[in-house]
Amino acid sequence: MKSKIYPSLEAVVADIPDGARIMFGGFGGAGFPNNLIQALERKGTKDIVAISNNCGTRDGELSVLFKHHRIRHVIAAFPGPHSYYFQEQFAAKEVTIELVPQGILCERMRAAAAGLLGFYSTVGVGTEVAEGKEERIIDGKRCILEMPIHADYAFIKAQQADELGNLTYRMAARNFNPIMAMAATTTIAEVEEIVRVGSIGPENVMTPGIFVRRICHAKGIRYAN
Amino acid sequence: MPTKLRLTREQIARRAAFELQDGDYVNLGWGIPNLIADHLPAGMTVYFHSENGILGMGRRAKPGEEDYDLVDAMKVPVTLVAGASFFHQADAHLMTRGGHLDAAILGAFQVSEKGDLANWKIPGAKGPGAIGGAMDIAVGAKKLIVCMEHTTREGVPKIVRLCNYPLTGLACVTTIVTDLAVIDVRGGQLVLREIAEGWTVAEVQVLTDAILIVPAGPVAKIRLV
Repeated sequence: MKSKIYPSLEAVVADIPDGARIMFGGFGGAGFPNNLIQALERKGTKDIVAISNNCGTRDGELSVLFKHHRIRHVIAAFPGPHSYYFQEQFAAKEVTIELVPQGILCERMRAAAAGLLGFYSTVGVGTEVAEGKEERIIDGKRCILEMPIHADYAFIKAQQADELGNLTYRMAARNFNPIMAMAATTTIAEVEEIVRVGSIGPENVMTPGIFVRRICHAKGIRYAN
Repeated sequence: MPTKLRLTREQIARRAAFELQDGDYVNLGWGIPNLIADHLPAGMTVYFHSENGILGMGRRAKPGEEDYDLVDAMKVPVTLVAGASFFHQADAHLMTRGGHLDAAILGAFQVSEKGDLANWKIPGAKGPGAIGGAMDIAVGAKKLIVCMEHTTREGVPKIVRLCNYPLTGLACVTTIVTDLAVIDVRGGQLVLREIAEGWTVAEVQVLTDAILIVPAGPVAKIRLV
């Protein structure tokens, strides 16, 4: 069987083409695949459609890609107060954004993962996010149709992986990672530690290996702001 | 006329804490709500939910105690209480949206007399705004308490007949706690429950764009102990 473990960060992102749709895990500084983001910046992939909770810190996380003008459209819930490169390029109309309520962002990715073609929700009814969406009434409640969000790749950060791609996450670094892992065609995990098959107990597997195509070992990077 | 005293941000937080019940599961938003964890009445246990995937979030971490995989939704290192749990982002918002939390407490730019909430974007701002989890929380909270100053710094009322700021949710706010009053939203009307010491109903009404319904008898002073 072909191993899922790649020898380097360069190798694990080597084939990602311009225009790729990529999900990026992470929330509040925890669980960001910062090594993969840096490797993708070095590779030079551009015209990326990014799906992420936010749009980077001052210089870290997605700002590494925004800084080099690699992202053309982003789907996010909370761009964030320090996402200067994004904000600058948004103001200059170089980058477009679809703002999505955070829980609905999760559910739209989960719909894609689950083979569901959409769902109705009361979230955002009567607000800007409902504009252009089909509205109906179910059980006496106004609701809007939300469509799945697919991606070509998911970049995720996990604590441990075994050689089959079974993953664990540490504390609140779990956040978006397990959902994105399920929603993309090719999921790439950067992990703190690679362990032997069988050493993560079956009850403790948080993302089953079926969802993970590529694994790369890397010591996590955290940005202060 | 000398400037009359209003409640401080800490006092607004303390007053809002009295709206909670022992054993409640509660989500706190940014700003004044975030202060509530430090102002719980003695003997009351509340389980705090953090939308990045924590239930049973404890106090902020002390210097030297920080673990950056254990942060709240504002990115601040926190601690856990006994019995805490971690989960992914979809479950974190399943809890907010699905009506599983007892209460949510949010900040706001405006609240309308029907309980419409506006708290994610300032009209005319350069950026795209930031929704985060607010829209999911707004539709799902069994009890949605808003904590805010009664007026803007310029003295403009924040409790209005109709919001002219971009909406977060329709008819979702149940109680408003400000530096001047405690107000319940009932059947599309605002019912005055308490007013700040030294203020008259007429004075508070002048600083409120929407009509306040005043129950018969004297209005109670805002409870702080």
